[in-house]
Amino acid sequence: MNNYKLSHLQELEAESIHIIREVAAEFENPVMLYSIGKDSSVMVRLAEKAFAPGKVPFPLMHIDSKWKFKEMIQFRDEYAKKYGWNLIVESNMEAFRAGVGPFTHGSKVHTDLMKTKALLDALNKYKFDAAFGGARRDEEKSRAKERIFSFRDQFQQWDPKNQRPELWDIYNARIHKGESIRVFPLSNWTELDIWQYIRLENIPIVPLYYAKERPCVEIDGNIIMADDDRLPEQYRPLVRPRMVRFRTLGCWPLTGAVESTATTIEEIVEEMMTTTKSERTTRVIDFDQEASMEQKKREGYF
Amino acid sequence: MNKTLDIKAYLDADEQKDLLRLLTAGSVDDGKSTLIGRLLFDSKKLYDDQLAALERDSKRLGNAGDHIDYALLLDGLKAEREEGITIDVAYRYFSTNKRKFIIADTPGHEQYTRNMITGGSTANLAIILVDCRTGVITQTRRHTYLVSLLGIKHIVLAVNKMDLLGFDQKVFDAIVRDYRQLTDHLGIEDVTCFPLSALDGDNVVERSPRTPWYSGPALLDFLETVPVHADRNFSDFRYPVQYVLRPNLDFRGFCGKVASGIVRVGDEVVALPSMKHSHVKSIVTYDGALQEAFPPQSVTITLEDEIDISRGEMLVHPDNLPHIGRHFTTMLVWMDEEPMDPSKQFFLKHNTNTTRATIAAIRHRIDVNTLDQKEGAPFILNEIGQVDILTAKTLFFDPYAVNRQTGAFILIDPITNNTSAVGMILSPLDESALENDLVPTLDLPRLGITSAHYDAIEAAVRDLARQGLEVRIIK
Repeated sequence: MNNYKLSHLQELEAESIHIIREVAAEFENPVMLYSIGKDSSVMVRLAEKAFAPGKVPFPLMHIDSKWKFKEMIQFRDEYAKKYGWNLIVESNMEAFRAGVGPFTHGSKVHTDLMKTKALLDALNKYKFDAAFGGARRDEEKSRAKERIFSFRDQFQQWDPKNQRPELWDIYNARIHKGESIRVFPLSNWTELDIWQYIRLENIPIVPLYYAKERPCVEIDGNIIMADDDRLPEQYRPLVRPRMVRFRTLGCWPLTGAVESTATTIEEIVEEMMTTTKSERTTRVIDFDQEASMEQKKREGYF
Repeated sequence: MNKTLDIKAYLDADEQKDLLRLLTAGSVDDGKSTLIGRLLFDSKKLYDDQLAALERDSKRLGNAGDHIDYALLLDGLKAEREEGITIDVAYRYFSTNKRKFIIADTPGHEQYTRNMITGGSTANLAIILVDCRTGVITQTRRHTYLVSLLGIKHIVLAVNKMDLLGFDQKVFDAIVRDYRQLTDHLGIEDVTCFPLSALDGDNVVERSPRTPWYSGPALLDFLETVPVHADRNFSDFRYPVQYVLRPNLDFRGFCGKVASGIVRVGDEVVALPSMKHSHVKSIVTYDGALQEAFPPQSVTITLEDEIDISRGEMLVHPDNLPHIGRHFTTMLVWMDEEPMDPSKQFFLKHNTNTTRATIAAIRHRIDVNTLDQKEGAPFILNEIGQVDILTAKTLFFDPYAVNRQTGAFILIDPITNNTSAVGMILSPLDESALENDLVPTLDLPRLGITSAHYDAIEAAVRDLARQGLEVRIIK
């Protein structure tokens, strides 16, 4: 026996840093996808750690669906500036100009065009050969069996039945032109690990995670925050201030808030541990169709 | 009790927990998914909505009668749910007051050896399930052999469905006897056996009153306390350089993960393959400098002297060198649908090194059911055996049994880029008779190239080497 022992968080951190460095070393043109959420915030910090005291050798990219919470966009720009990140923001402007949005086109069409298509177009535009994502295996069943280096064909599609074996910490980074790898350095982190790490490392997160009185309206059983004036007419008279927070962040019309008084990370964790809902249930898109996340992943959504 | 205070105390305690990675293996009907479901359920990780979804699914597809079918919770992909089997590795996470756990759940079918090998490569411990009505069967032997091949040091034999035979001690003892014969034969030392009913929960989280003759702990108690961190190799310092950090002219850091051993500031180190010596000047991290580093930490090392080191090279202590060579014998598991073509050149990735490699000889294959050796012939999917490998670049390796980190490699098909095979090195081989020189040579004077161009050519060659294409230069 000896004292050379890491805690689980230290071990996860070391594993993630190793993965991030491996990508920087093996790929010509990697990018880190940034959703502005808590997991992204941890992933970004791990990248900063991996290359300290140097600069991170790849850019951050945010796919802006044009329906994100205003506070997210503000946080994104301030964070990138403060920490010297090269930030790329891409949107599906064609669909945006055509007026695509969740209220008018429904969540499926909106997600397909403003998120999945916007992402695929952006990856093609810059010819990125590797893209980091902040997904965790404990989030959702189809993610539980995805590799850390997840191969995508030239159409950016995932084939769950034909994944490369992945052993030890030896990652197969070989691809042909046009193909790519999605990389998930947080694969082995759980939701609690993420909060614990944010707490210990003082990682900045979007204030929407903390409870506050916000203008809300109930739509199909979800508490939706009226974040801008695109809220359809019929809901406007129903908007009321409610003490809420968000467990995940996305497009504001598709992200349900939860009633909460948690204003510190400790209170968030306490709420999480006593709560009766797992985190993705506040996401409207997961319930579109049976096994919907697996379907979206096959099509190229993360 | 004050709740807010509790949560802070909980988080402070949680921060200190270590991590146990475990593999589960069993046949389709051994109740493996049920056992995992119960570990997850009883450690209160399951949220209500996952449970509600499970109840919905159970009614539609369930195989568990009136019980909740825990197996459905684990089967992630749609197609598999309909087939009623898990076809790939799925990772599950749970934690108790003492430890965090990552479970690699892998299937028991013969054709899926590949998945079990994949799931087990990072495991500290393996749970092998047997149905008490069938005892140690062919699949048990196969799974145990694979576990020993992967070098997993701790085995749990979960003798399940004891409720169906009235928790009969004789049945349990007979199975344990059988099993120990097998593990003795394979040289596995740490084996612990449990009489269980995963469905009813006997001896899973709490000791069962139905097995008064059993004096050991419940399974979860054991998993929470079995010491695993000392399983790592702390004696042989191996530091594969992963990335070279040069933020400015004054700083040249070598990023990497400590594969094994311990390194301290001031240590004399030697860079392989150049054999140049220096001393460790500092061990740098984002969170400040360290005095020493150990596995599996990811750090950045700076040296006292300006030595040119690039990715794929290795720092070690001068009095403790790994094997340095291009020729070795190894256990190999074939993971590809396409059968082995021994005339092919593969890419071999070993730590941070990638090189061209060929299978120089096939010694034998193993019948994983009887563990007998069969004659050497090209492997097909899921076949295991011993081969000799010849690489283009020099590798720095140890036997897998001594060092899991520096004894493992993967073979990549150069055309499909698939991970075709994985290897666990046994020992180095003699290189004096090597004729098969895989490394093309550029004789610069003979080609009439003047020394003014040497730097540019060397840079291009280094770049090729990074991609696994070794070219030797004669100046």
